Amino acid sequence: MAISLLTPEFIIERNDERCIRCQVCVRQCANLAHIYDEEEDRVLADDSKCVNCHRCVTLCPTRAITIRKNPLEFKENANWTASAIREIYKQAETGGILLTGMGNDKPYPVYWDRMLINASQVTNPSIDPLREPMELKTFLGRKPEMLKVENGKLKEKLPPQLELEVPIMFSAMSFGSISFNACQALAMAASELGIMYNTGEGGLHKDLRKYGKNTIVQVASGRFGVDPEYLNAGAAIEIKIGQGAKPGIGGHLPGEKVTAQISQTRMIPLGSDAISPAPHHDIYSIEDLRQLIFSLKEATDYQKPVAVKIAAVHNVAAICSGIARAGADIIVIDGFRGGTGAAPLRIRDNVGIPIEFALAAVDTRLRQEGIRSQVSLVCAGGIRNSADVIKAIALGADAVYIGQAALIAMGCHMCQKCYTGKCNWGIATQDPNLVKRLNPEIGARRLVNLIKAWAHEMKEMLGGMGINAIESLRGNRFMLRGIGLTSRELDILGIKAAGE
Amino acid sequence: MKVIDASGMHYKDLNAMIKQLIKNNTSEILVKNVQGQRYIGDGIGRNCKVIIEGTPGNDMAAYMDGATIVVHGNAQDGVANTMNDGKVVIHGNAGDILGYAMRGGEVYIKGDVGYRVGIHMKEYLDKKPVIVIGGKAGAFLGEYMAGGIIILLGLNVNDTQKIVGNYCGTGMHGGVIYSRIPIDSYKLGKEVKQAQAEDDDMEIISSYVKNFSDYFGFDYRSIMDRPFVKIYPYNHRPYGNLYAY
Repeated sequence: MAISLLTPEFIIERNDERCIRCQVCVRQCANLAHIYDEEEDRVLADDSKCVNCHRCVTLCPTRAITIRKNPLEFKENANWTASAIREIYKQAETGGILLTGMGNDKPYPVYWDRMLINASQVTNPSIDPLREPMELKTFLGRKPEMLKVENGKLKEKLPPQLELEVPIMFSAMSFGSISFNACQALAMAASELGIMYNTGEGGLHKDLRKYGKNTIVQVASGRFGVDPEYLNAGAAIEIKIGQGAKPGIGGHLPGEKVTAQISQTRMIPLGSDAISPAPHHDIYSIEDLRQLIFSLKEATDYQKPVAVKIAAVHNVAAICSGIARAGADIIVIDGFRGGTGAAPLRIRDNVGIPIEFALAAVDTRLRQEGIRSQVSLVCAGGIRNSADVIKAIALGADAVYIGQAALIAMGCHMCQKCYTGKCNWGIATQDPNLVKRLNPEIGARRLVNLIKAWAHEMKEMLGGMGINAIESLRGNRFMLRGIGLTSRELDILGIKAAGE
Repeated sequence: MKVIDASGMHYKDLNAMIKQLIKNNTSEILVKNVQGQRYIGDGIGRNCKVIIEGTPGNDMAAYMDGATIVVHGNAQDGVANTMNDGKVVIHGNAGDILGYAMRGGEVYIKGDVGYRVGIHMKEYLDKKPVIVIGGKAGAFLGEYMAGGIIILLGLNVNDTQKIVGNYCGTGMHGGVIYSRIPIDSYKLGKEVKQAQAEDDDMEIISSYVKNFSDYFGFDYRSIMDRPFVKIYPYNHRPYGNLYAY
């Protein structure tokens, strides 16, 4: 075989004085980057196999291991960067489409970081959330045009609503892309927090049906695991049209990941590829989307809100207007930084638009058309902290989805190698020896901690603005100011510049 | 047997009425004057037969889970969309995407079907969906098919050109399509091959053709008087080599 031109991306440094030859690193590395040499009684490293996931670093009892970026530099070139050259080598060697995992990591502007939040001074007193009630509760679903009340009671039944204690949900991650233990941790945490998690398009494992009240079940083009029981198992149904990490393309779960449990949950044979093409072949228009929405409503007796999830793309505002008119109760917009278990690198890094613009444009358009109240807006794709959530809600979101942040809470180190199925943290893998590294109870505890901490921070920020309910922040763009943005960008975001 | 006159009814009212009757353990429902109402029989369960006179609208028997629907007339698009179990018998033609992601049960069509029939059909263990088409099929028959059986009889054609449209079995990676008339190879997707049906195939075919003949009054023996071909995928991993790891 010809020599590979690819040099290792990382180098593993081992402090031999500290190393006690316990071989934890050897046993922990699914990529086989650590090797124990019995004759020499030494632990060696194969740098080329290291993905820099920090599993060995974290578990080494004597802190003997450090992973560094390989300092080997190509001749400096602003156009032909090291990654540009390495990607060509890889494709020249394999002839394949480059794959990656998690969200877009390119240095595009992060608009969340170019918006600042207001606070009250003197004229409108701020509120101390530690002493005064502060409401984060959120209802997602279609709201009626008007409420008719008779004898103190609602005259007509409200359309079905999802009740969230905090306007944050765990976004769609299928059993297949992530492990059963990761799914269970998300389900347990959602249940404890009074929020929702989303099954993704891989069906619902029978052991997770008990978390139904906090489950959104997803229907995508491959319809994996979709039967009447599944549709009725959750609190809402989400139709997946697109995903921010890979707008316009579908998903392939490779046959080697279709284990016995996955085959049972997806209802497909063992070892068979699970193919979800980009289009639903029964949806070629807004009218067809309406048909799928209403076929799902008919099959569930109009008891569950139906959400439609799309990737943020160029004409997102017009598309969302169509989706609202097609009868969706909730629209989910996933920005170009949204995560994924596997996506072609070129698509992830070059297709779609930032969620901040998409969200502002959609909210503005639906208001202009007088249909904003007919539908709830959920935004997703790269939400990193509670300030991003506050900014999203001020721009017009009813709630947000978090995926990558939730995985990081469970132990993900963002090595972006989810597609290999060798996740050393037991998250993006189906290997039973790796899966058991993630304890669902501990995972759930960490997720609960994260959301509770964010909720506290959100209350502090709301109190600072003199607002005591998240409802009063929704679409309240006066609470945001732009910094370092062009006037065109400010217009699209619908906010003033800092100082105005 | 209960009788419903669907004339002028909104689909929501009609379907609620059908579901209510099933809830009350009605075993047979005759729905007369159906005028394109959508979603008839969506998600309905076992032990019930719905007979339809007229033309049911799109997504009939979608997500259906065990009932029987008989249509005396033509059906439109999306019949048996994601159907899980049960039986649909159509005494006429049917439209596009019949049996999308169908996972179990049987659909029999006396006449022709439209485009993308049987797309994404799947099977798991003993759950094996079956579609039997008496006439001809449009393009993309069995696209992305991952399991189950499609039997194409072409009783109203005698011409290999016309029995099916282009791209038959494109992206197919499971299941099998049987055809009573060989299919020109240029019409097949690149993921499938064609071969003469063997004895065990003929055994499968004959049991479903027997049902077909019974439902629609055809002569079983004259249908079976010639060899069938089978179209099946080269492998279960059509895109296994697409990516660089």
